[in-house]
Amino acid sequence: MSDAIPDGTPVAAGGRPLVAIRNVSKQFANGTIAVRDVNLDLAAGEFVSLLGPSGCGKSTLLRMIAGLGDPSVGTIDWMGSAHDAWGKPARELGFVFQDPTLMPWATALDNVVLPLKLAGTNRGEAAARGAEMLSLVGLKGFETSYPRELSGGMKMRVSIARALVTHPQILLMDEPFAALDEITRHKLNDDLLRLWEANRFTAVFVTHSVFESVYLSQRIVVMAARPGRVMADLRVGAPYPRDDMFRTSADYAHWCRIASETLKEAISA
Amino acid sequence: MTDATLPQATVPHDGTDAEARPIFREDRKVLGISTETWPGILAPLGIGILALSAWEFIVWWRAIPPFILPGPLLIAKTLAADWTTLSASLWITLRITAAALIAAVTLGVGLAILFTQSKWLEKSLFPYAVILQVTPVVSIAPLIIIWVGDINLSLLICAWIVAFFPILSNTILGLNSADHNLRNLFELYGASRWQTLRYLRLPAALPYFLGGLKISGGLALIGAVVAEFVAGSGGNASGLAYRILEAGYQLKIPRMFAALIMISASGIAIFLAISWVSHMLLRRWHESALKREN
Repeated sequence: MSDAIPDGTPVAAGGRPLVAIRNVSKQFANGTIAVRDVNLDLAAGEFVSLLGPSGCGKSTLLRMIAGLGDPSVGTIDWMGSAHDAWGKPARELGFVFQDPTLMPWATALDNVVLPLKLAGTNRGEAAARGAEMLSLVGLKGFETSYPRELSGGMKMRVSIARALVTHPQILLMDEPFAALDEITRHKLNDDLLRLWEANRFTAVFVTHSVFESVYLSQRIVVMAARPGRVMADLRVGAPYPRDDMFRTSADYAHWCRIASETLKEAISA
Repeated sequence: MTDATLPQATVPHDGTDAEARPIFREDRKVLGISTETWPGILAPLGIGILALSAWEFIVWWRAIPPFILPGPLLIAKTLAADWTTLSASLWITLRITAAALIAAVTLGVGLAILFTQSKWLEKSLFPYAVILQVTPVVSIAPLIIIWVGDINLSLLICAWIVAFFPILSNTILGLNSADHNLRNLFELYGASRWQTLRYLRLPAALPYFLGGLKISGGLALIGAVVAEFVAGSGGNASGLAYRILEAGYQLKIPRMFAALIMISASGIAIFLAISWVSHMLLRRWHESALKREN
């Protein structure tokens, strides 16, 4: 990433956002309004969490940013990307689903290089980049393992490696660690932050955990359900790098309390 | 685990949860077959030997004449004596079975791919595939033989009709069963139809296709035999079904049994061959081919 960002301060204010979400609403075929009137800017290199109860449309919003389903009303502009002749942006993104979503018939390495293979990268280069990515997520030596031979946390690491192998501008994550045990989740949170600090992609992280969102993010967008809408946009002032020391600090507790109260207000409003 | 024979896992202590990787134990083998597989072979073999002995004993004890029920030993002798004629007929039946199975795979998989590319094509053609499936082959075989003229081609078509549907229907199910989020992922990365088919839908369909193939392998043989019965053509170039008819007319019952055994043995061989191929293709990743440790 080109911009260097001082820790804890998002780049957005005034600058051109990477993705601009304007008046976006989404109504499903059955009449449910999943998202109503969302306005949001995503700045280059920031770590944003979408925090809210289930049914608040955070996943729907994330999928629309990725281009999986268009908004019913409003626009999502990729300001920082080239557009093709039909006005479709070249979305340079990685997506991590709640499940690892790996191909069971392919090895860890083949799973990681899938985006490169689909883009037509030559085999040798793809394999080299895939192996490098696997070692970055701590899975060196597991290139030829099949998903079933890996634990839940390891599968999720493969999924993250696959999302990052194209060096995307944006990494979109849909409650990626929700199904993992707490110990594994903490490890993966730390590794995710390490990867983010090293590469400074824009991270958008959907979660229903106040603690996880505070630990990871510079900015927490609090959403409420029925209909899904943005209730608050919170800046977490704590500096990076964040580690186990941070997890037990008064600072962390302070921000957790603020986020908790904001979420409570949002839900009861 | 205290078992000292278990190999130690060599995993890096790098702070990741790599140590959680399952350890796979090497199977002990006797004559190249795992010790855990042997009971599965010996038990049915023992039952078979018992049943055959009882059969032979009853035939001898009640002095049943061979044209009513021949004993296993007599059948074995007949099989050896008539081997030249019978094996020539077996070869003919197997050739038709193989050709029908290849045609069923080609057309079944081909149509399944076409159907999943166009919903309209599936909606318009699938009912006819069902009609083809539910029509008893015995009842349309005479028509096919009259219309087609060439006897071998008629037999091939009859066997194909029977073998085709399980492959078509299973492959369609398989092609449509690719994980929803994986499909989203392919869409995100702008995969072409061809790439989605090649890298996602075909591999996802493989276990289903192989399940269909297992059924179709036996059905192709049955279809070929049934069609031969209906055709009933004589001469040198006749399949096993004709040998059974012929032996029936001449009251050569031991020979009839011998031909029957060859058909059964062929069916079993086809099933085992397809099961083996299926196991080799799926053993690294598919639930059906995995051993449960708990």
